[in-house]
Amino acid sequence: MADQPTQVQHDGPTPSRRDFIYVASGAVGAVGVALVAWPLIDQLNPDASVKALASIEFDLSGIEEGQTLTIMWRGLPVFVRHRTADNITVAQNTPLTDLKDPEPDSARVKEGHEQWLIMIANCTHLGCIPVGDAGDFGGWFCPCHGSHYDTAGRVRKGPAPKNLVLPPYDFVSDTLVQIG
Amino acid sequence: MSEHSTYTPGNPFSKWLDDRLPIIRFSKEHLLDYPTPKNLNYWWTFGAILVVMLVIQIVTGIILAMHYTPNIAMAFDSVELLRRDVNSGRVLQAAHAVGASMFFVAVYIHIFRGLFFGSYKSPREVLWILGVLLFVLMITTAFMGYVLPWGQMSFWAATVITNIIGAVPFVGESVLQLLRGGFAVGNPTLNRFFSLHYLLPFIIAAVVVLHIWALHVPGNNNPTGVDVKSTRDTVPFHPYITMKDLYAVVLFMIPFAWFVFFAPDILGHPDNYIMANSQVTPAHIVPEWYFLPFYAILRAVDFNILFIDSKLGGVIFFAGAIVVLFFVPWLDRSPVRSGLFRPLFKWFYALFVINFIGLAYLGAAPADGRVLGIDVPTFSKICTAYYFIYFLVILPILPRFETTRPLPASISENVLGKAHA
Repeated sequence: MADQPTQVQHDGPTPSRRDFIYVASGAVGAVGVALVAWPLIDQLNPDASVKALASIEFDLSGIEEGQTLTIMWRGLPVFVRHRTADNITVAQNTPLTDLKDPEPDSARVKEGHEQWLIMIANCTHLGCIPVGDAGDFGGWFCPCHGSHYDTAGRVRKGPAPKNLVLPPYDFVSDTLVQIG
Repeated sequence: MSEHSTYTPGNPFSKWLDDRLPIIRFSKEHLLDYPTPKNLNYWWTFGAILVVMLVIQIVTGIILAMHYTPNIAMAFDSVELLRRDVNSGRVLQAAHAVGASMFFVAVYIHIFRGLFFGSYKSPREVLWILGVLLFVLMITTAFMGYVLPWGQMSFWAATVITNIIGAVPFVGESVLQLLRGGFAVGNPTLNRFFSLHYLLPFIIAAVVVLHIWALHVPGNNNPTGVDVKSTRDTVPFHPYITMKDLYAVVLFMIPFAWFVFFAPDILGHPDNYIMANSQVTPAHIVPEWYFLPFYAILRAVDFNILFIDSKLGGVIFFAGAIVVLFFVPWLDRSPVRSGLFRPLFKWFYALFVINFIGLAYLGAAPADGRVLGIDVPTFSKICTAYYFIYFLVILPILPRFETTRPLPASISENVLGKAHA
């Protein structure tokens, strides 16, 4: 073996042609494995039928003042609350410094439709559905871990970090809303 | 232990086989002759009990899968049908559900035995780590299994627990959707949980093999924590330990059978007999009893820590409570293994056990309730603090202040000394 000078050359500290081929084929192999693995993982993501339900229209005219309806959007429950004048005043007069996740009431509703509060019904802590007209702030109380929300669905107390999430929505007319 | 074998093939066939696949030799070494410390007490029988429980869960689980339909419209009814109409279905379903509880009873005793007698210390670190890994796999399997009947508690357990992943910054939301296969827990979630629930027990079985392998290299710890010094300190696994373990298994089966036949639902929740409804959360949701201590820790963090919000904080503590177990071999700096010879450690350990049971109690209490006159969130914070202080402060620092009692020269001396006293 030792009498073959070409091999001695390759043992030096500089990378040889063979080292390059090893690394290159290893890299190509790794990319191949990743390409094969991706569909195996990606199949877990929401499928087309789930994504297809991404937008709904809902008629608000049947909801009385003070009433809350729970409707489904993308498999998630959504609160549609017809707020009373009192609810709105309380929410608007709350100083932002009292809030854990400061947001003025105007950011929680659409201008000109202050009576309609539309929010995803899952508590921002771990996703339970809070109970309406309950808790220390006249809004919602989550029975799972004790988070309190006010009349604008803003978190006031408990482990929830954020206000109840607002879905993207628009008023098509005064009584028709499109969610998603 | 000694690797030399006493096996001599008795006939030409076993000689022929031994030269090709020495399976008889292997079994004799590890299932019959394996030298075991002669002073093991009954706390050491829970390993065998756990093996039996795993087999029971796999056998009943395979049978249950023959009658179960993993579809949100039919899952709930298929379980009810199994309980009411299938021959012996009531017993088989109860054995599987109660079996999960009994499995956790055994694993908690097994873990707490290890924590007291220092079974995690060198040279058994890998054995311990594999054990913690098994515990994590058990938790995952039990959680997914609990979702399958698709009752109210199943659904909301799935929602709350998968939401934990959503707390991870940046990628949380996408991983959450990946895990659920939708924007909320639904049919894709149920299907994949069923698939994984069927898979994981076999992974557990494989890790159990590694766990036992890692046990058979250094050999068993024992109540004195003193290493085996000679063959006088040991007895062969069979018949001494096999018979003792079998006796313990029989005793363990008595409460198991009582639950299965007389109170199959007492460990569960009535709410799980209401079919899953994604619009209403039950007024008081609690996990199965075996997750309560960790659930209490999750719930205890209801305040923001610097830039970490309360939700992520709760998740970090929840995960940390289990992850910290992996590091116990290096956190406990006392060279003495057994708690029997550590006068101060004993008290902190006892408090740890009480604290853990306390956490379980708090985990079951309503979030706005009071326990012993203290409100639940505050009490949970105190108990959570002690849980971590035990591992992160007491175990590393205690050896500096503790004068341990003299250790016996050998296991034999300890056993015989006791007999003479």
